[in-house]
Amino acid sequence: MQITLKLFATFRNGRFKVAEQELAEGTEVRAVVLSLGLTEEEIGIVMLNGRHGELDSKLAHGDTLSLFPLVGGG
Amino acid sequence: MDKIFRVNMTDLTTKIEEVPAAWAGLGGRSLTSTIVSAEVPPTCHALSAENKLVFAPGLLTGTPAANSGRLSAGAKSPLTGGIKESNAGGTAAQMLAKLGIKALIIEGAPKGDAWYNLAVGVNGVTISEEKELLGLGNFAVIDAVEARLGKKTGVLTIGPAGELKMTAANISVKDPDSKIRSHGRGGLGAVMGSKQIKFISIDGEGAPGVKIADPEKFKVAARTFSKAILEHPVSGEGLPTYGTNVLVNILNEAGGLPTRNFTTGQFKDHDKISGETMYDTIVARGGKPKHGCHAGCIIQCSQVYHDKDGKYVTSGFEYETIWGLGADCCIDNLDDIARADNLMDDIGIDSIETAVMFGVAMEAGILNWGDSKEMLRLLTDEIGKGTALGRILGGGAGSVGRTYGVTRVPVVKNQAIPAYDPRSVKGIGVTYATSTMGADHTSGYTIATNILNVGGYVDPLKKDGQVELSRNLQIATAAVDSTGMCIFVAFPALDIPECLPALIDMINARFGIALTGDDVTNLGKYVLKTEREFNQKAGLSNVHDRLPDFFKNEPVAPHNAVWDFTDEELDEFWNF
Repeated sequence: MQITLKLFATFRNGRFKVAEQELAEGTEVRAVVLSLGLTEEEIGIVMLNGRHGELDSKLAHGDTLSLFPLVGGG
Repeated sequence: MDKIFRVNMTDLTTKIEEVPAAWAGLGGRSLTSTIVSAEVPPTCHALSAENKLVFAPGLLTGTPAANSGRLSAGAKSPLTGGIKESNAGGTAAQMLAKLGIKALIIEGAPKGDAWYNLAVGVNGVTISEEKELLGLGNFAVIDAVEARLGKKTGVLTIGPAGELKMTAANISVKDPDSKIRSHGRGGLGAVMGSKQIKFISIDGEGAPGVKIADPEKFKVAARTFSKAILEHPVSGEGLPTYGTNVLVNILNEAGGLPTRNFTTGQFKDHDKISGETMYDTIVARGGKPKHGCHAGCIIQCSQVYHDKDGKYVTSGFEYETIWGLGADCCIDNLDDIARADNLMDDIGIDSIETAVMFGVAMEAGILNWGDSKEMLRLLTDEIGKGTALGRILGGGAGSVGRTYGVTRVPVVKNQAIPAYDPRSVKGIGVTYATSTMGADHTSGYTIATNILNVGGYVDPLKKDGQVELSRNLQIATAAVDSTGMCIFVAFPALDIPECLPALIDMINARFGIALTGDDVTNLGKYVLKTEREFNQKAGLSNVHDRLPDFFKNEPVAPHNAVWDFTDEELDEFWNF
C-alpha cells in the first residue's frame, strides 16, 4: 500500500518535507517513526488524515501521516 | 511601599496615593480589572472622560523571576463595549515595578484641543504639552523620546490610529531593542488618544527596586521554575526555534487554519508562510530566530526578520498576524506580510483585528484576495493617514462588515476571532464565546490540549469536555495574567508538576505570605467574575456569549465541522 508521509519542524532536518512511501498492509505508525531514525519519545503529535492518531494506529492505503515534534505557540 | 500614581487629565493634576488594603494582593490583570470595575461607570462611552486607562505590572514583575516582565493595560474597551485587559512585554513593566508603582491610573480628559505627554519617575508624574511628535508613527516617537530623555527611557506610545481614536488602535511599548511590543487588543490606543496623551515616558533613575521578603526561598523557587521552562519541549525548544508561527503547518494539517475569511480550514500555500520557512529565511538573511520581548525572558519566542538585503523589517512576528494576512487573506508572500507587520506597529493598530479585517474587506470587494500590494497601500495611505475609508478599516472587522453589508464577519463582542477555526477546534470556540474580553485565544488557550497534546488531550472535533477545559484554562490564565508572567509558562505548568508550586512559592517569598494553589484558583475565579459583572452592567449578557451564526450554518472543510454547541451548553461555562 502507499501512504503520504509529511514531516514538520526539526523532523525535516536531514530528511524531507513530504514523501510517498510504499509499506506493507497494516503497518503501524510506530514502525514508520522508527524507520526514520526517530524515537517514540521524540514524537509530539501524530496526525492521520488530519485527525490525531496514536503510535499504534494502523495505516491504510491512501492515508496521509503527519509527524510533529512537541512544539507549540499562540 | 508600592504606591498608586493617579493622573487627572481634566484638571491636569497628579497624585500619589497609598495602595488600598483590598488591592494589596492584586497585580496585573486582577488589579486593572478591579480598578476599572470600581471606578469606571460600565455604561459610559469608552472614549469619554469617564473612562480610565490603567497600567499595572504583575505581582512578580521587577523580580528576577524568569518571564515576569509583562504589563497589563485595562479600561472599558471602545471595540467590545466591555472590560478590557491587554498585556504586553517590553521594558515598561519592570521599570514601573522597580519604581514602586503598583498601578498608574489615567482619568478624565482635557477640555481643550491640546495634546500632552506624561513623564513618570520616582517622584511622580509630570504632565507637559506635546506638539512636536503629534501625527508621528511609533518608531519615530521612540527615537525622538530617546533623543530627548536618554536611551534607557521607557516608552508607551500611540501612533496615528490611536490619535484618531480608531477602535482597533493599540498601545505600543518600547522593547529592549527600542522596537515595539503591543497592548494589542480592544482599542486601548483609542482610549489613550481620547485622553490626548501621545506618549508616556518612564525614567527609572533612583528606582528603589522590588524588595523580596524571603530572598532565599525566592531563589530556590525561581531556579525550579526556570528549570521547568527550559526542560519543557515547547517552551525550551519549540518556541525558541520556530516562534509561534510553527502553528501554521500544524493547524493546516488539523484542518483548523481559517482560510479565505473563514470559508475553509486549509491554505494551499501554507508552507510558504510557515514557521519552518520563516526560520530558514531568517537564518539565511542574517536575522535572529531567537529574541525576547523583555529582559529575563528565557523562552525567546520572538525573532528579528530581515529583508533580502539583510535589513531589519520587523520583530515579534507572530503566528496570528501571519495566519491572518496569510491564510485568511490568501497572501503567500511572507516578505509583504512582514512589511505589513512593521507598518501596523508604526501606525499603532492591532495586527489581529486588522488582519481579520482585511479578510472581511476582501470579501466586501475593497481589495482582491491575495493582493498584498493593495493591502500595504491601504495601511499606509488610508489607515495611516486617517482617510474616511481608513477610519472604517481602522474600526476593525466588525466595522467593515457593518459598513459593507458583509454577513460572514468573524467577531465575538465585536472583537475579531483569531487564528484557530472554532468549528474544527471546538474548545477554543468556547473560549471565544465566553471570554469577558471578546474573541481572544490567549484568555483560555485550549489549543494546548486540543491540538498540541499539552496538559492531556481533548479531541478538538468533539464537544465532550470542551466547556470544562476552557473554564479551567480561563481561570488559570486570569491568575497567571495577574503575576506578570508570559502566558507561555502555561506549557510547562500544564505538564511539569514542580512548575506551578514554584510559581506560587515565588509569590509567597516576594510578599512574605502563604498562598495555596486554591488561593490562586480563587484569584482567577474572582477576576473572571469581576469582569463579567462589569460586562453585564455595561449591557453585555449571555446572549453575547455566542459565535456568529455562519459557524453553525457553514460546514468547514476538510472535516465538514460545524459549531454545534447549544446556548445552554455555553452558559454552563459560568457555573463555578
